[in-house]
Amino acid sequence: MLQPIIEIDGVSKSFGALEVLKDLSFNVAPGEKLALIGPSGSGKTTILRILMTLETINGGTIKVDGEQLWHREHEGGLIPADERHLHKMRAKIGMVFQLFNLFPHKTVLENVTLAPILTKGAGREDAKRSAMTLLEMVGMAEKADAKPAQLSGGQKQRVAIARALALQPKIMLFDEVTSALDPELVEEVLNVMRRLAEETDMTMLLVTHEMSFAHDFADRVLFFDGGRIVEEGPPDDIFTQPKEERTQAFLKKIIAAGQRI
Amino acid sequence: MDWDWVFAAEIIPTLLDGVVITIQATLLGSAVAMVVGMFFAILRRSRNVFVSKPVGFFIDFVRGTPLLVQLYFLFYILPDIGILLSPLVAGVIGLGLHYGTYTSEVYRAGIDNVPSGQWEAAKAANLTMPQTWCHVILPQAIPPMIPVLANYIVSMFKETPLLAAITVLELMNQARSLANFHYRYLEPMTLVGVFFLIISVFSVVLLRWLENRFKRVG
Repeated sequence: MLQPIIEIDGVSKSFGALEVLKDLSFNVAPGEKLALIGPSGSGKTTILRILMTLETINGGTIKVDGEQLWHREHEGGLIPADERHLHKMRAKIGMVFQLFNLFPHKTVLENVTLAPILTKGAGREDAKRSAMTLLEMVGMAEKADAKPAQLSGGQKQRVAIARALALQPKIMLFDEVTSALDPELVEEVLNVMRRLAEETDMTMLLVTHEMSFAHDFADRVLFFDGGRIVEEGPPDDIFTQPKEERTQAFLKKIIAAGQRI
Repeated sequence: MDWDWVFAAEIIPTLLDGVVITIQATLLGSAVAMVVGMFFAILRRSRNVFVSKPVGFFIDFVRGTPLLVQLYFLFYILPDIGILLSPLVAGVIGLGLHYGTYTSEVYRAGIDNVPSGQWEAAKAANLTMPQTWCHVILPQAIPPMIPVLANYIVSMFKETPLLAAITVLELMNQARSLANFHYRYLEPMTLVGVFFLIISVFSVVLLRWLENRFKRVG
């Protein structure tokens, strides 16, 4: 197997007395499309947030692209990473949020060009050209001059995807990106993600409640419960013949709620 | 007590000199208060307690003491340790610092109103802290607070007569010296009131316009 692009090793995380991740370990291969599923509060979103450095970890180590994420090697040991190291590591990772988090005071185009101009020293014209290509890809080029407030949820999320792609990350994190959308807008966002998966070899981690999408999209599915991985495997195995009782119970509930898997 | 029109007309040019100084002190003082308030608010949020605590203490200290006392310190006591400020400069610093502690509270509220998702998006976009402040947080935080800040400017304007205590020749001081010189208080003080009123009314109109202009949008 190739050198994993993400190596999570014995990671734990607590919020106060609440332990959300318990001694968690798993690897992600380069280019892999990984779906993280499980009940709310199972810790799956926390993993994405830790990878984006939005949350710290309490124990364990994470390597991204061969380098420690939260630590720095120092005289043979590991010491906590400083802001400079985190800044370098963040360049490898992009994230799309449940609530879009577009910059409301900037136009669609500026949302996409801001980070490349500021963090990569891209020229304004170059940044614009690349941004338009990305907006084209997500079908939002026509709205380049609109403000986020003028867009539907699905459109906002497509812009958010273009914004995250603009920094050319090796890893993309999608955190329940369709959960806040009206049902009729979900498909347009999922289509963009399907295209992305087909046309790029980016590594993608996806936290989702859209089981049928996870089924089609992912190479591998991790089922989380209580801060641990309960079961993992190819989507066909997890969705059609789950071994663990908790996985079966979870999927049963999902089906009862009317979702196709 | 008769109103003397001739005397009134005679002193108006001198009073207008005072108006100019009053407006200058207000505008410069506001500029200081806006900048200082912003830095107070940002520094007070610092995770470094050696920054946030002293700033917090300084803010409480300035708020807990009268502006007049602070002006005396700046103008009459700082020279003892070799810091000599002109009356207007001392006045502008005094007004700016004093009001800066209040505007910092406005900035704090404005900054707190920016959703946490914006900070997270900025981090995910790999912006540095200064870039996050300049390009993401402050541009969203400031517009809604402009009317409140403008209110503080109007308040500051009405406190400029305090500068007379440190010999700034602003409107009140000019009026007082005219009054003392001519032994007539009616016309100078009435005109001071009229000038302040005219400018205040004008400011309130501007304020309403600002409130409309920066009304919270969607």
